[in-house]
Amino acid sequence: MPVLARTLEAAGLSTVLVTNMPFWAEKVGVPRTLALEFPFGHLLGQPYDAAQQMRVIGQALEVLETAHAPGAIVHSPETWPVPQKEAMKDWQPLVPSPVMEVLASRALEMMRQSRRRQKPGF
Amino acid sequence: MEIKVDSFKFLPRIIAAFYRMSDRQPEHPIPWTPLPRPLAECRFGLVTSGGLYHRGVEPPFDLERERREPTWGDPTYRTLPADIRQAEVGASHLHINTRDVLEDVDILLPIHRFQELAAGGRIGGLASRAYSFMGYQGYPADTSAWQEDYGPRVAAELDAEGVDCVLLTPA
Repeated sequence: MPVLARTLEAAGLSTVLVTNMPFWAEKVGVPRTLALEFPFGHLLGQPYDAAQQMRVIGQALEVLETAHAPGAIVHSPETWPVPQKEAMKDWQPLVPSPVMEVLASRALEMMRQSRRRQKPGF
Repeated sequence: MEIKVDSFKFLPRIIAAFYRMSDRQPEHPIPWTPLPRPLAECRFGLVTSGGLYHRGVEPPFDLERERREPTWGDPTYRTLPADIRQAEVGASHLHINTRDVLEDVDILLPIHRFQELAAGGRIGGLASRAYSFMGYQGYPADTSAWQEDYGPRVAAELDAEGVDCVLLTPA
């Protein structure tokens, strides 16, 4: 989504991205970002909590109004009201996404290679 | 004191490990379109990457191909009318649990909140259609179709509707 922010901004639109991963906003170079620590799939809040959603949207609109240079990242003070362990479980799909298996085997291979490198060679 | 958001707080450890290896640097200059007028006079467009679609009107995203080719993600987009009823909202995304957004679309695509903002005069208006992508663009992510084709198309559609500002909400 950070690249879409850039694409739309370059096409003449003023954009603001709401994200829980300012890491990527910074690396990709997003014009305006509101960063907040909400779980994936719930970037504006919890279902039926219109007040919470409106607070986050209000903060995003303020970023739009106050950012004066590209690459602006504002961190929201909002906190997710559900305990971390529960929140982690809640946002994830019931069945792991197909790519997880690919990543797991690549990670295993990388670990094997780094172990091999650590062995003293003759 | 400012709170710094932890980008990895909700990420599974294996994904976080791969992300941390990235040495990506932003391409400069970062695009910039100054706000053309006060927000009370700006027309808004909404764009999400939550994999949402208008049930019965447009097809879901191509999850079958993603299941066959796990390192590929559907780069196309869908349109949702701003007066869509909750029951007409579909969600196809294999990387999040879509239960909550199927209960309340506003957690990802805030069409009702923006109608309230327009009615209250905080913003000038809301485009008649919202746009949804599906955020997973493969591993490693290939966003070239978004940048070269689908993104500019959505920008042109928003422009044709007189939109000035866009709120982007990833999944």
